[in-house]
Formats: sequence, C-alpha cells, structure tokens
Amino acid sequence: MSVARFWRKQPQRYNLEGTRCETCGRRFFPPRTFCPDCRRDGKVVEHRFNGTGQVVTHTVIRTASEQFDAQTPYVLAIVQLDEGPRLTAQVICAPEEVYIGMQVKKAFRRIGAESASGPLYYGTKFVPVE
Amino acid sequence: MVGIVTYGVYIPRYRIRIEEIARVWGANAGDISGGLGVREKSVPDVDEDTITISVEAARNALARRPIDVEALGAVYVGSESHPYAVKPTACTVGEAIGATPHMTAADYEFACKAGTAGVQTCMGLVQSGMMRYGMAIGADVAQGAPGDALEYTAAAGGAAFILGTDDPIAEINHTCSFTTDTPDFWRREGQAFPRHGGRFTGEPGYFKHVQGAALQMLEDVGTKPSDYAFAVFHQPNAKFPQRVAGMLGFSMEQIKPGLVVPRLGNTYSGSSLIGLAATLDIAEPGDRIFVTSFGSGAGSDAFDIEVTDAIRSGVFAREAAPSVEQLLANPVYVDYAKYARHKGKIVMQ
Ligand SMILES: [Zn+2]
Repeated sequence: MSVARFWRKQPQRYNLEGTRCETCGRRFFPPRTFCPDCRRDGKVVEHRFNGTGQVVTHTVIRTASEQFDAQTPYVLAIVQLDEGPRLTAQVICAPEEVYIGMQVKKAFRRIGAESASGPLYYGTKFVPVE
Repeated sequence: MVGIVTYGVYIPRYRIRIEEIARVWGANAGDISGGLGVREKSVPDVDEDTITISVEAARNALARRPIDVEALGAVYVGSESHPYAVKPTACTVGEAIGATPHMTAADYEFACKAGTAGVQTCMGLVQSGMMRYGMAIGADVAQGAPGDALEYTAAAGGAAFILGTDDPIAEINHTCSFTTDTPDFWRREGQAFPRHGGRFTGEPGYFKHVQGAALQMLEDVGTKPSDYAFAVFHQPNAKFPQRVAGMLGFSMEQIKPGLVVPRLGNTYSGSSLIGLAATLDIAEPGDRIFVTSFGSGAGSDAFDIEVTDAIRSGVFAREAAPSVEQLLANPVYVDYAKYARHKGKIVMQ
C-alpha cells in the first residue's frame, strides 16, 4: 500500500470514521456517501463508531507476508460492530481463546511497516472485553 | 487555578519475571530481584510501541472526562523510545483522539522526566490563557541491552494528563525544577540501547537531583513532608524512591500507593506519572500529593498537588477507565524467548 493511500484512510483506520444515513439510520463502514435504501431521499453524514462489537467468524493466520510475519500466529476475524456494520480486523488474543460471539472493543495498534526505514502504519484492531 | 482535569494510563498485558531474565543470563535471581525490589516488568505486545501506548492512555483520560477536544490546544509526548527519529509521536496521538488540526504538538526527550516536562509546559500554556486545555503524556517502551543491568527493569507503559483551569480534579499549587549537566545515562543517535555510568547513576544522578528539586519545593511552598497525604518519586527500582523518601522525611505509607515499580518495572518517562495516577486512583478531596520526577542527564521536576472535590463530582468518572491496579491485575506471563520476540531483540527470518 502506498503512503498516500494509507494516509487518506487514517480517519477510518484510527477512529473508525464512517457515515450514517439520517433518513433511515443505517450506518456505513467503510464510509459511503450514498444510502442504497433511501437513494435520493437519504441524508448521509459523518459518524464515528464507538468500536464495540462481537466476533462473527474468525481464522488463524500462521503464515503471512513479510510485513506481518513477526506477528504470526494471529487471529483475523469478521467483527460485527454493535452499531451495525461488519469489518475484517485482527483480534488480539491467543488463537485458542477466540470464539464466535466473543465481545470485543477497539484498540490502537501498529498495523505494519513497509521496511526498516519505511513508514509505520497504525490503526484499529480489537481486544476481548474483560 | 491550573490543575489536572483528567488522566489516563495504559500498561501492556504481558509480564516477564525477573527470575526468568536472570535464568537466561546465568545470574542469581534472588540477589537481583531483592537488590532492585522488582519482581516482574511489563512487556509490550509485538504491535505496541510508544505511539500506541500514548494513544490508549490519552483515550482513557478522555473516557473519564470527555472534554471538548477542539479546545485541546497542545499535545506533548515525552519519551526516549519515540518510534520515529523524525516524525512526532504527538501528531499521531492528536489525530487518534480527534484533536487535530487546530493544536500544537511536539515530542519531548529528557530521559525519564520528559513527561513531567510536558506537564510543566502545559501548565504555562493553560495558565497564561493561550489555550483551554493541554495534554502531556509520558510513555516508553523502555530499552535495556540484553544482559545489561537495565534489562531487568526496562518496562512499557504510559500516562496521559490533561491540564486546564476548568474544575480540575487536582490543583497544582506549585512546580519547580533542579537541572545540571551530568553524564549518568545516555544513548547516542543511531544506537539501539542506552548506556549508563554504572555506580555514577545513584548519588550524583538520582539522589542529588530528586533531593534538589524536592527541598526547593518544600522551601518555596513552606511545607514539611507530613503536610502531604502521599508522595511519588521516580522509581527506576523500588530501592531508590524508598531511600530518597526516607532521606527527605517522607514515610513508607505516603509513597506506598504510588510505588508501582515492583510489579511494573521502570517505564522511564511513564514512571513517576503512572505513580501519580495510581495515587490519584485512591485519593480523596483535600489530599495533598508531593511528586518528584527524575531524568538522567540530569534533572528533576517537583509538583505540589492538591485533590479537589471535582474528583468525586459528576464532571469526572474515575471508574470509566481502568485504574493502575486494574491494569496490573491478571497479567499474561511470557518466557524470555517470547519476550525477545516482542521486544524485537531477535530478527525473524
Ligand atoms: Zn437511508
């Protein structure tokens, strides 16, 4: 991923900045500027998700590209936010600890680095709610 | 009066026992742990660093009191382990709490007292009316070379303090500092690990500066140690703060709530601020807290702090973020191999 592409997505990655339709209440992550339900009647505004949710399904990554290899094995999950949308993200726990329905909340972590001298990328992962 | 509006702490979940480090180096665990008064230390996860720790601490501060972040005029992060040599940690923190772009930001370095230097800066900015709130963070993923004495205590964690004049939970009555050019500990540009002057670190470093600032404080304010409910001193190990407290006339009961180093290790820039946070976790209105940080190189910042009724009022929710005690509870222990991987001490092939 290019430095510029990551930078543009910082609000999403750092703060789960998405959107919501004020007409029907539907929430979007990643953000959409058009509500498919309300179409021309929709009024879409910015919305920051609170970052709580639960694991819908998960897998364990044991072999990863060089950028993520130091973190293996790690848990990758589809998380359903309490406010609606689903997203794919890492859940920080041991592979044997994760389960479907696990309650999670957002955590700010380093996502990766391109190389020893390249930029560091930060963003949202999830941790179990104690 | 200027004071602490809210505060938050973050400590990684992992710990390594001192005896496990001693085992790897063939050292006597009992002697080392007993000599330092430290049983275990925190270890960052593989994807945690000073930036992520600072963000989590800042978010915990905001959870206790959701101030208007638009009015946050400054973010200063003190650390000796900023992930970038050039590119401020404070900018990422500002963005991750939604305070950018109308704010100033900078990273501070002064060994273990860069966080309290940030607190003093924010006090000045807020008290002069330049801004409504300023945030100072002390955080580190402390570095100690494998096998070096520092490795037994170098830990990870941080604390964030938001300073302001609106209804602070604790007023800062006074601050003063004591600074000299002393070569007790250093890290040259480009070097991965710091070096220290061995025995030189104690007497001419820690004790001279902590006492220098502390005695100045007592003289400036006209107080004596017994006027304070609690005291917090920089804690590179458990022995130094206990000894300096005794030398100054503070009791073990006064320093106990803030003496977190036996279970946490030395979080460098986070050390005295996490100690202060642990004390604020249990403090009651009217309690007076004496704080003195220390940073090698060398200097100390002292603070006279008085807890207000706001800490028990509706504007502040102390239980909305984890206490230091809660962050220290239920750790996950790692062995040296996993610890080395977490700290990036071995290169993965
Ligand atoms: Zn709609």
